[in-house]
Amino acid sequence: MMIAAVCGVGLALCLIAACKREERGLRVDPPSAARVNSKTLSELRPGNVQPVSAPNEFEQNAFAMNEGKRLYEWYNCVGCHAHGGGGMGPPLMDAKWIYGGAPEQIFATIVEGRPNGMPSFRGKIPDYQVWQLSAYVRSMSGQVSKDASPSRDDDMNVRKPEQSTEQQEPRGTGGVPKSAERPQ
Amino acid sequence: MSARGRRLGRNALRSCALACYALATAACTGSQSILNPAGPNAGNVSRLWWLMFYVCAAVFLLVIAFLAAALARARRRRNQLPDAPDTEPDARRERRMRGVVTGAVVATVIILFVFLVASFTTSRSLYALSDPNNLRIKVNGQQWWWQVEYENDVASQTFKTANEIHLPVGQTVTLRLTSSDVIHSFWVPNLGGKRDLIPGHETTMWLRADRAGTYRGQCAEYCGLQHAHMAFVVVAEPVEQFSAWMEAQRRPAAPPANAEQQRGQQVFLASPCVMCHTIRGTDASASVAPDLTHLASRQTIAAGMLPNTRGHLGGWVSNSQELKPGNRMPPNPLAPADLQALLSYLESLK
Repeated sequence: MMIAAVCGVGLALCLIAACKREERGLRVDPPSAARVNSKTLSELRPGNVQPVSAPNEFEQNAFAMNEGKRLYEWYNCVGCHAHGGGGMGPPLMDAKWIYGGAPEQIFATIVEGRPNGMPSFRGKIPDYQVWQLSAYVRSMSGQVSKDASPSRDDDMNVRKPEQSTEQQEPRGTGGVPKSAERPQ
Repeated sequence: MSARGRRLGRNALRSCALACYALATAACTGSQSILNPAGPNAGNVSRLWWLMFYVCAAVFLLVIAFLAAALARARRRRNQLPDAPDTEPDARRERRMRGVVTGAVVATVIILFVFLVASFTTSRSLYALSDPNNLRIKVNGQQWWWQVEYENDVASQTFKTANEIHLPVGQTVTLRLTSSDVIHSFWVPNLGGKRDLIPGHETTMWLRADRAGTYRGQCAEYCGLQHAHMAFVVVAEPVEQFSAWMEAQRRPAAPPANAEQQRGQQVFLASPCVMCHTIRGTDASASVAPDLTHLASRQTIAAGMLPNTRGHLGGWVSNSQELKPGNRMPPNPLAPADLQALLSYLESLK
């Protein structure tokens, strides 16, 4: 009896904890932006005090990360970084981070901008959205837990995957014009 | 029943009748009603509705009348029934029964066939307005508002607006409908039937308003949190008035007229507004949110949800999540003086 009760309570707690993943924070209380104000662009600092990395709560929340994914398109991050593969800007889906891959470092990169191209979005994007973007950017290289990161693209696939593409016979470059055909 | 009880019952009955009357008349004169058609499409749809209504009402009354007659007859004959079960069918009664059932089946088939033909001809009539010379309007449904683009062969003559469609009275327009997120449905009951807006696919419908007026449209396909607040306004106006409106909409936004509006414009361009909105004639040219070039000329804000007044606009800019939770606009905690300047600027965008 006792064991059943404990199990029941445990299960209920698990369920309640799991609810946070789907929580839609329409009126969000984001991690404070204040704590990144002391961030510097350089990794060089006197002494051996390492920066304290605080977790970004949005990395536990599917809705917030999906919002980050939407904003990544809306605010035209795709314009330079493409869908993670990079272009004018560096790729975001690899393990290489020029200015650091911790949540608050990405926050600082978006808010402050970086030399050679990355503009500063200070004052243009509300803090909580920068945190959502930061969470999504980290999910691109698989740094957030898989049970909360976005599971599919909202973009339409313009063609079928290679696996299900029907075989097409190569037909040369331009074909033979009617006038050049041999008379039958 | 006591006298008080009878009075209560009578009062309840009277209120019920009044409520029914109010509902019925509201439906007949409303700006969002299929019973008040203002164009050929809605007219055809409402004719089909009244045909079906009267025929079905007649059938219903007939069935109830037969049922009542049968009950009354059974009650009259209750005492004459024999005790033994009726094992030998009465040939005369059987014949009569067969006649009645056959008649009812034939009548049903004929009525359904008439409905089929009527429905078919109505559907055909909805496509009859198609004409390549029509005025073309592209409507893009988004969670949870409508982007309206007046197309023109000359690129500089096209313009975008939001949640408000103006139509010239007596002229047919072609509406090209699509969506950029989920399926929505375009429905102006006074002007025509519904048509779905499908992401990545274009649907077409034709509308004509024969009577000037303001009609309300509504998304008719569940599309997420604020589906119920995804409305728009259709203004049908005489051709000269419509042309004047179109000319005004084509122009870029008027430059700020005084110092406060000037400051408001600076606030707009320096804050998150500029990440999503367009004001033609300024640097703001993002296209994921409603075009605000002529915001002050519109009757409503927030997709038909609130009247376009300074108070509502202020509340919306400051914290739209309290007014329409889930919408895509972030809260903007501006300093009071900045907010007032911004509102003055937005109100100047006639």
